[in-house]
Amino acid sequence: MPSLSYHRPSSITEAVQMAHDDPDAKLLAGGQSIIPSLKLGLLAPSAFIDLGGLADLRGVRLAGRSLRIGAMSSHAEVANSADVRKHLPALAHLASGIGDRQVRNRGTIGGSLANNDPAADYPGAVLGLGAELRTDRRAIPADSFFQGLFATALGPDEIITAVEFPLPERAAYVKFPQPASRFALVGVFVSLTGKSVRVAVTGAGACVFRVPELEQALARGFSPESLAGITMPADALNTDLHGSAEYRAHLIPVLTRRAVAQALA
Amino acid sequence: MSTARAPLIGQPVERKEDYRFVTGTGQYTDDIVLPRQAYAAFVRSPHAHANLLSLDTTAARGAAGVLGVYTGKDLANVGGVPCGWLIHSTDGTPMKEPKHPILAEDKVRHVGDPIALIVAESVRAAKSAAALIDVEYDALPAAVNPATAAASGTAVHDIAPDNICFTWAVGDKAAVDSAFAGAAHVTRLSLINNRLIPNAIEPRAANAQYSPANDSYTLYVTSQNPHVERLLMAAFVLGIPEHKLRVVAPDVGGGFGSKIYLYAEEAALVWASRRVGRPIKWTAERSESFLTDAHGRDHVTTAELALDADGKFLALRVDTIANMGAYLSTFAPCIPTILHATLLAGQYSTPHIHCQVRAVFTNTTPVDAYRGAGRPEATYLLERIVERAARELAIDPPELRRRNFIRKFPYATPVGLTYDTGDYEATLSRALELADVPGFPARKAQSERRGLLRGIGYSCYIEACGIAPSSIAGALGARAGLFEAGEVRVHPTGKVTVFTGSHSHGQGHETTFAQVVADKFGLALQDVQIEHGDTAKVLFGMGTYGSRSLAVGGSAIVKAADKILAKGRRIAAHLLEASDEDIEFRDGTFRVKGTDRSKTFAEIALAAYVPHHYPIEQLEPGLNENAFYDPPNFTFPAGSYVCEVELDPQTGAARIDRFTACDDFGNVVNPMIVEGQVHGGLAQGIGQALLEGCRYDEQSGQLLTGSLLDYTLPRADDLPGFLVETVKGTPCEHNPLGVKGCGEAGAIGSPPAVINALLDALAPYGVRELEMPATPFRIWRALAAARGTR
Ligand SMILES: Cc1cc2nc3c(=O)[nH]c(=O)nc-3n(C[C@H](O)[C@H](O)[C@H](O)COP(=O)(O)OP(=O)(O)OC[C@H]3O[C@@H](n4cnc5c(N)ncnc54)[C@H](O)[C@@H]3O)c2cc1C
Repeated sequence: MPSLSYHRPSSITEAVQMAHDDPDAKLLAGGQSIIPSLKLGLLAPSAFIDLGGLADLRGVRLAGRSLRIGAMSSHAEVANSADVRKHLPALAHLASGIGDRQVRNRGTIGGSLANNDPAADYPGAVLGLGAELRTDRRAIPADSFFQGLFATALGPDEIITAVEFPLPERAAYVKFPQPASRFALVGVFVSLTGKSVRVAVTGAGACVFRVPELEQALARGFSPESLAGITMPADALNTDLHGSAEYRAHLIPVLTRRAVAQALA
Repeated sequence: MSTARAPLIGQPVERKEDYRFVTGTGQYTDDIVLPRQAYAAFVRSPHAHANLLSLDTTAARGAAGVLGVYTGKDLANVGGVPCGWLIHSTDGTPMKEPKHPILAEDKVRHVGDPIALIVAESVRAAKSAAALIDVEYDALPAAVNPATAAASGTAVHDIAPDNICFTWAVGDKAAVDSAFAGAAHVTRLSLINNRLIPNAIEPRAANAQYSPANDSYTLYVTSQNPHVERLLMAAFVLGIPEHKLRVVAPDVGGGFGSKIYLYAEEAALVWASRRVGRPIKWTAERSESFLTDAHGRDHVTTAELALDADGKFLALRVDTIANMGAYLSTFAPCIPTILHATLLAGQYSTPHIHCQVRAVFTNTTPVDAYRGAGRPEATYLLERIVERAARELAIDPPELRRRNFIRKFPYATPVGLTYDTGDYEATLSRALELADVPGFPARKAQSERRGLLRGIGYSCYIEACGIAPSSIAGALGARAGLFEAGEVRVHPTGKVTVFTGSHSHGQGHETTFAQVVADKFGLALQDVQIEHGDTAKVLFGMGTYGSRSLAVGGSAIVKAADKILAKGRRIAAHLLEASDEDIEFRDGTFRVKGTDRSKTFAEIALAAYVPHHYPIEQLEPGLNENAFYDPPNFTFPAGSYVCEVELDPQTGAARIDRFTACDDFGNVVNPMIVEGQVHGGLAQGIGQALLEGCRYDEQSGQLLTGSLLDYTLPRADDLPGFLVETVKGTPCEHNPLGVKGCGEAGAIGSPPAVINALLDALAPYGVRELEMPATPFRIWRALAAARGTR
């Protein structure tokens, strides 16, 4: 590993300033993506700005019809939070299926979203629920946050502070794991809020995406049967050792049906 | 007076070694830090095949903390990594045996091939300096796929222009051909035995030290056979006198075969330790392990089975291409030949068998023995083709096997082995019972109600453990003996230290061997200590592989213990004023037959070391004996496995619902350890069948499954609870313990059971073939292809 400096700011403002002053520095949350990248020589930042000391980035809060989850909340905290389990069980279930115990105890929702790995789970929930990302300077709706392979709307020195999840009537996440990494080979998040249906797919493409055709079919009737006969084109989907684009395309409606069934259960 | 106690042999005694392992006090190679410790890093080829045009080490030499930088040129006077087995082609020519340089000379031949060694004050300094080495490559096309390597037009080694290392065969081809001509039915099968990457939890590591005080070297290394490592390194690579090199293999965290071999890194470290004048340590990173630990399997095979109208096997014809990788690893040529083709009779009385093996070089990591070594490849093709024949002839698969079982022993197979004992009906019928085969249709119906498919598959395997005897192995190409050595040292107080040339890296020798010796002498388990893994302590050894430890290593110890008892009897006769023949040894006591005059084992030991009243004219003092044991034959464990899978036709996801293993290991010393060995073997065999598959890019030769993100090791939740039972079996008739070996059985017997079960589930859809690992993607693709939707 290369040598680098380590900073531990005590306020969000200070953290933003540090990031602003050193464009080669990297924010450090749970380290579950950035440390492996560092070890593999994919990154060589000048410094780490550790967000671990920022109390403002922690905690889960219920506010009316939404849940606010601090960016530094670990996957385990989200999975085990009484509020999340009660009001948004699909999200608790998603968090409980990320990586292994060690990863869930260190990795954070903010880190996962900023990283935007094409096979990560959280982007599915954020897009599938139409959540809003709060940063040190603005609010970014999910629909404009995820911009491509490991690419987001975040500015170079912008820090995610929290995610606001609106509470749906029904929601579920079904993940079909890649056998080795157990990231999502395909993961489908569905939600129903009023008349609005969202279907977000992770793992299958370069970046999480919504599937209007499935959403429209489900808006006509929120049941697995509504999806009968719908197939997905394989264009632009991923092909790798663990599955072809055709396989992923095949899995999307299969998993969507299962997610809808679960959401109704 | 010691009293009679229940024998320890046969008891599930808890493992003595586990205390230090579960409390974190084991001593692994990487735990050893020597005074003035230096560290090493290797620069490795990023290309599968390239000419090395130039190598500039100037900047690296000048970097902070660097103590030495070495390349192939510096090692010009050093031998290559030797191969321990010579196979001759059917035309009588010896195999092509290209030099395997310690550091690449003019060419690199696989991704990960080492080209430079950097020694520095720290691992970090060594790695930083490694990045400064400037290498100019002229990349060449790579031969990657073993099936097409011979026709690839690119030669891995100049001495093998068609990449063929040897073409070898066993069996009577004419008899096989004529049996096929008269057959009522012929079943055909083409398959690939997928390449595996071992992944011991402890990566390979070495720490080498030169002592100018007595001009000698010490090497701490992750090895399954330290004496063999010393012999090969001293005599063939570095030219160090054998007695000036001490090799210590301390606690070793798993090997599965991958730590049998002499590796380039280890020799480079020993060589450099003298140049640098400091001890040098290297521990592989996981990605280095993926690239450089010898891989396993990798066969491309076609097989044909001829049957008569009653389903009796008439003949078997097999043609295999075996991938050797870029160089010949220590035992590589023996695996697809002596340990594969000779096993093709399996449990069956097939009268005629012919097998041809073409071994090919490719621009991939060398391939060698991996848990099972050759026998899984044999079992996989045989148990797949037998089950396919059963399906084609509409005979119940267990029934077809029964019709062909060998029932008279000893049995000489048409491929060179003689099975001493066995009872294949016993393991099969017990396995069918344990697996509740009669309940399968009801379970299948239940699965179907949930939209899932269910299948059942069988496998009846034979294994040959403890390659032997040395004379035959020698005739077949072994360049080493295959005996084992042991020493029993009785201390003056009657406590015992046993030294074995066998090596434990998870097998539990310290417990099992102690049970044997404690019973022999009537001692408590804690009075016997087992030592292994140090050439300075242990007289000699061939190490641990091929499930040989107890059958061969244990037998050597029994022989030495018998010598102790014979000497003890003479000492007792003297002390008790009786003749030698009148002394019996029972329950830890030497006794004059028919009297109560006796001496305990400890009293005799004391008399031997304090020889005041001692037959000093006839006997030397002391109580210490060595023995070497060269077995007259292999041992032949066998068993029957039944696998039941449930699979989701919409996603292709498969889950093993039940797995039943019923084995005959002969006598069992520690049933708990045996069960653990079977569990581990099953995990690896199921891993091969469902999860693990090494993949290279066919063009570039880059390893695509170079990390655990893409190479699927089995996890606990991939596996069912196993139903494991050993039958009261048929003891081996030619070793003193009657034991057969159990370390590899699970990995040998399970893959065909799993694939047979999947194919049974998929048969109604017309799926006839499934490649390992049968991932969800592959299962879905097979289903989609059979349904004609793709
Ligand atoms: C073995 C293993 C298995 C895994 N399995 C899964 C899985 O199944 N599913 C899954 O989704 N993920 C998985 N992960 C990834 C894991 O979820 C990571 O925790 C996550 O991707 C990154 O979160 P982190 O807190 O560790 O971020 P870090 O690694 O610390 O940072 C990641 C990136 O985000 C930036 N960043 C961090 N916090 C912020 C912030 N508040 N604002 C702006 N930028 C920020 C960092 O600068 C960095 O670029 C796995 C990881 C491992 C090691």
